[in-house]
Amino acid sequence: MEKIIEIRGLKKKFGRLEVLKGIDCSFEIGNIVSILGPNASGKTTLIKTILGMVIPDCGEILFSGKQVVNTFAYKKHIGYMPQIGHYPDNMKIGQLFEMIMDIRQEKTALDTDLLKAYHLENMFHKTMHTLSGGTLQKVSAALAFMFNPDVLILDEPTAGLDPIAAEYLKEKILDERSKGKLILITSHIMSEADEISDKVMYLFEGQIKFYKSLQDLKEETGELKLGKVLTKILSC
Amino acid sequence: MLKIAKYIILDIIRSKVIIAYTLLLMAISLTIFMTDADVTKGLVSITTVMMIIVPLVSIVYATTYYFNATEFTELLVSQPISRQTILLGKFIGISSAIMSAFFVGICIPVLIFAFSVTGLTLMASGALLTLSFVSLAFLTCTLTRDKAKGIGLALMIWFYCSIIFDGLVLLFLFCFSDYPLEKVMIFLTALNPIDLARILILLQLDISALMGYTGALYQQFFGSGQGIVFSLIMQLVWIVTPLLIALRIFKKKDL
Repeated sequence: MEKIIEIRGLKKKFGRLEVLKGIDCSFEIGNIVSILGPNASGKTTLIKTILGMVIPDCGEILFSGKQVVNTFAYKKHIGYMPQIGHYPDNMKIGQLFEMIMDIRQEKTALDTDLLKAYHLENMFHKTMHTLSGGTLQKVSAALAFMFNPDVLILDEPTAGLDPIAAEYLKEKILDERSKGKLILITSHIMSEADEISDKVMYLFEGQIKFYKSLQDLKEETGELKLGKVLTKILSC
Repeated sequence: MLKIAKYIILDIIRSKVIIAYTLLLMAISLTIFMTDADVTKGLVSITTVMMIIVPLVSIVYATTYYFNATEFTELLVSQPISRQTILLGKFIGISSAIMSAFFVGICIPVLIFAFSVTGLTLMASGALLTLSFVSLAFLTCTLTRDKAKGIGLALMIWFYCSIIFDGLVLLFLFCFSDYPLEKVMIFLTALNPIDLARILILLQLDISALMGYTGALYQQFFGSGQGIVFSLIMQLVWIVTPLLIALRIFKKKDL
């Protein structure tokens, strides 16, 4: 399958703390990849490096075969949903969408499925600081999916969403995969990763402990649940 | 760039702090003009107050706003726009919002009550002062990661420019009082945007005679066309330099 993102020898230090100690991997289209790992294992840093928010000390990131560190044009193919969305206090939901549309200037049809599913259009006049954490998550999700990007990067997407909203999001994620997109998800919720992912990457202390398809992992360990698989692999 | 600026302005205009700042400036200038019949005296009083409040509010508000929007900056960085566009857009947005507060609060009353060359100088130097302190605020924001540290540094810069600097200059004058220091003084003035603004305004009033020999020299230098150009250029340097340094840091900064 076509590799859309390739990472080679990626290293990053924050002060003396080595957060990423040489990551080599690639992600193909039409996949849902779950990035798992304990706290402070480098999950968010890895995602942020791909998005150009963190600038790596060394290593390469290739997007569709092109080197993209310190460039920005490739980001129009990426939709990003942050862990916690914070937007300017006095801005209205409608204005936020308007602004991002204004910035991206994309000619393709907008994907407003989530906007409709979450009834956000009825809340366009509400200002950001009056919204609950869950609603902010919905806004972030709707923004990430809106421009039909080839790659979706979701940082703990369902934390904070109500069960029905989370279910919608999962369906949407599966839907996008069937359209041949790559979806990267970080999560702490095993059952969820188990349900939707095709591949699992496990990061530990800035290195990839394993990166395999879910099927293979289950066959290797003979377990049926991802949680059990992980405990079995990590205990030996 | 202008798109980002536009939405930031729309956001700030509705913030209570900016409205309060506008009302405060307006209250100050209106009371001064209405209680004192002498317009020139009024302008001097406004200058004195302005030299304290304008830099303080500009630097502290810009720093706070920047830090409150950290996650929003992250979101913008994940969009297909360059970091330079983001930072400059923010600068244009924040500074024009604070500037419009200054315009409504000070410029309109001055235009009504004291329309003169001095009044215009006061407006221009206030505007330049706002810009240079917003620019300094951007420098503190990119230098620090932590909001408390950032605001602390911003306050230090303000404290240095409005109080410590004068003390240092006095100390310097005292230590080297045996030497001719007039030319050095002009150079020293350029090291502080507040002093530059203050001198420019005071020299438009005919009170420089009260400032002694140095005052006369200032009058000779800053009162001339050359001197005005010099101080305007220095003010611009104070706006552009911190912003350029901030831009360099921001391009390599991890968010």
